Amino acid sequence: MEDLLEILSDLHPEVDFETCGSLIDDKILDSFDIVSIISEINDQFDITISAEKITPDNFNSAKAIYALIRELEDEE
Amino acid sequence: MLFTSYEFLGFLAAVFLLYYLIPKRFQWGLLLVCSYVFYFFAGPSYLLYILATTATTYFTACRIGKLGEKQKAYIKSVKETLSKDERKAYKEKMKGRQWKWLLACLLINLGILAVVKYTNFAISNVNGLLRIAGSAKQFGFLDIALPMGISFYTFQALGYLIDVYRGTVPAEKNPFKLALFVSFFPQLVQGPISRFGDLAKSLFAQHAFCGKTVSYGLQRILWGYFKKLVIADRILAGVNTLIRDTDAYRGAYVFVGMLFYALELYADFTGGIDITIGIAETLGITVKENFNRPYFSKSIKEYWRRWHITMGTWFTDYIFYPISVCKPMLKFSKFARARFGEAVGKRMPVYLSSFAVWFATGIWHGASWNFIVWGLGNWAVIMISQELEPLYARFHNRFSVQGKFGFKLFQVIRTVLLMSCLRTFDCYRNVPLTFRMFGTMFTEWNWRILWDGSLLRIGLGGLDYILLALGVLLLTAVSLLQRTGSVRDKIAEKPYPVRFLVWYGLFLIVLLAGAYGAGYDASQFIYNQF
Repeated sequence: MEDLLEILSDLHPEVDFETCGSLIDDKILDSFDIVSIISEINDQFDITISAEKITPDNFNSAKAIYALIRELEDEE
Repeated sequence: MLFTSYEFLGFLAAVFLLYYLIPKRFQWGLLLVCSYVFYFFAGPSYLLYILATTATTYFTACRIGKLGEKQKAYIKSVKETLSKDERKAYKEKMKGRQWKWLLACLLINLGILAVVKYTNFAISNVNGLLRIAGSAKQFGFLDIALPMGISFYTFQALGYLIDVYRGTVPAEKNPFKLALFVSFFPQLVQGPISRFGDLAKSLFAQHAFCGKTVSYGLQRILWGYFKKLVIADRILAGVNTLIRDTDAYRGAYVFVGMLFYALELYADFTGGIDITIGIAETLGITVKENFNRPYFSKSIKEYWRRWHITMGTWFTDYIFYPISVCKPMLKFSKFARARFGEAVGKRMPVYLSSFAVWFATGIWHGASWNFIVWGLGNWAVIMISQELEPLYARFHNRFSVQGKFGFKLFQVIRTVLLMSCLRTFDCYRNVPLTFRMFGTMFTEWNWRILWDGSLLRIGLGGLDYILLALGVLLLTAVSLLQRTGSVRDKIAEKPYPVRFLVWYGLFLIVLLAGAYGAGYDASQFIYNQF
């Protein structure tokens, strides 16, 4: 989780990712941010996040993104 | 059958009455019949195209759905015996089979769209190349009519198919229900491009007559007619004059034409969508919003999140993300990071994918170079803004203007002007001519036309300008009110005489100030041609 928070904070230092649960709903993350995050996650966690996994539910909070990472790690 | 024709109003009244008179279980069936009748009036031969798209999409989605079900059942039955790697291999094999079906259907439907929409564009480019090469050979153009709304319903159908492939929505088992989803008549003219998951539930549900919903729907329709008839169709005469005679109307006229076109397009497209959403609302059906006060955006990027939202999200979900996070793109990103440095390499997927999106957005709007250049112009502005963000941040820190009213107003005006500049490609429909005309704004200094009465001789009289100015004031006031919630809710809370005055007044304005009668001809919606 710490690695993920670091990735997110590098992108938007002004956001408190530990508490924010509406990253997509409040338009804090846009499509460009999502692609950057996925690219970083793929490198850091050695998983592949495909386009179909890019849903508001999966990216609305750091917790949701981390849950997605865990799910994909389990699958792979 | 134009939305603005008497025939359409009669058709709508008949649909509405029948819809609430027949048993509720037949409601969606009635809508299907009515949608096909509506489409038949647009052109009987067009029915073949929409039927082909519906049939191929239905069959493929069912096939993909069945493969998905088979996979789930198999995995469940052998969960204990298969190893993790074997399960993964089986899933990949099944996904591969689903992908082949998806690809075949995408190719067929995009192929139909390409043939009817882009064949003559391709021929004209080939002819141009032959002329450059000095060949006398020229190919003749095909006589193909563009079926109404084909870009909209094709994208809607393919979006549904991709969602089934991704497992986001189940495959619709009833072919007639899918046919209604593809052909729902209020959306056929100019969208929005709905998602199956958003529309299906209310489209197929049984709806009892609800006075409030019907009344809200009618109010939305009326507001749409106001935008279309009082503003868009009135200013159209001026826009046409300024655009068509490029020898007479240069310099400051180009600037005026650019702003007039921005207003016309806004009133025309958002008005049409208001009518669409309003019609659906009177039938108890919820159609997704397509606009969120776009001319209040502070950047082009934000503007595209608030203008034609359903098209933007379609391109983002089905083109931008798949390209930017696919394995070859991520590999290329790694290569670029090693070759050009971390900062540039990281941005490569975003830049290349958004280039593809804006190229597709441009060509989706029309089969000509002006639309492609317009699309790529948007891409260039967004990318430059993205690159300049650190500079903007430094500027904001230095001068602490962020959040101040004056600066926000500057940002809004800048966005409107930038968008209007880009849209001149749409006005003149010819790339070299657009550049030439745009250039005259700086070379031919005739700004006196703004106050010397010249603008009263471009097909618009004093009364037209007064009505347009009042219309713009009303649009602005409504947009400002929308920031704090639904305007219809606010009006509904008022006493009866106020409500009556507002809605009856608007009705009278549309009736008396709408652009029809001698010299006027209610025009087709601009987005209908896309």
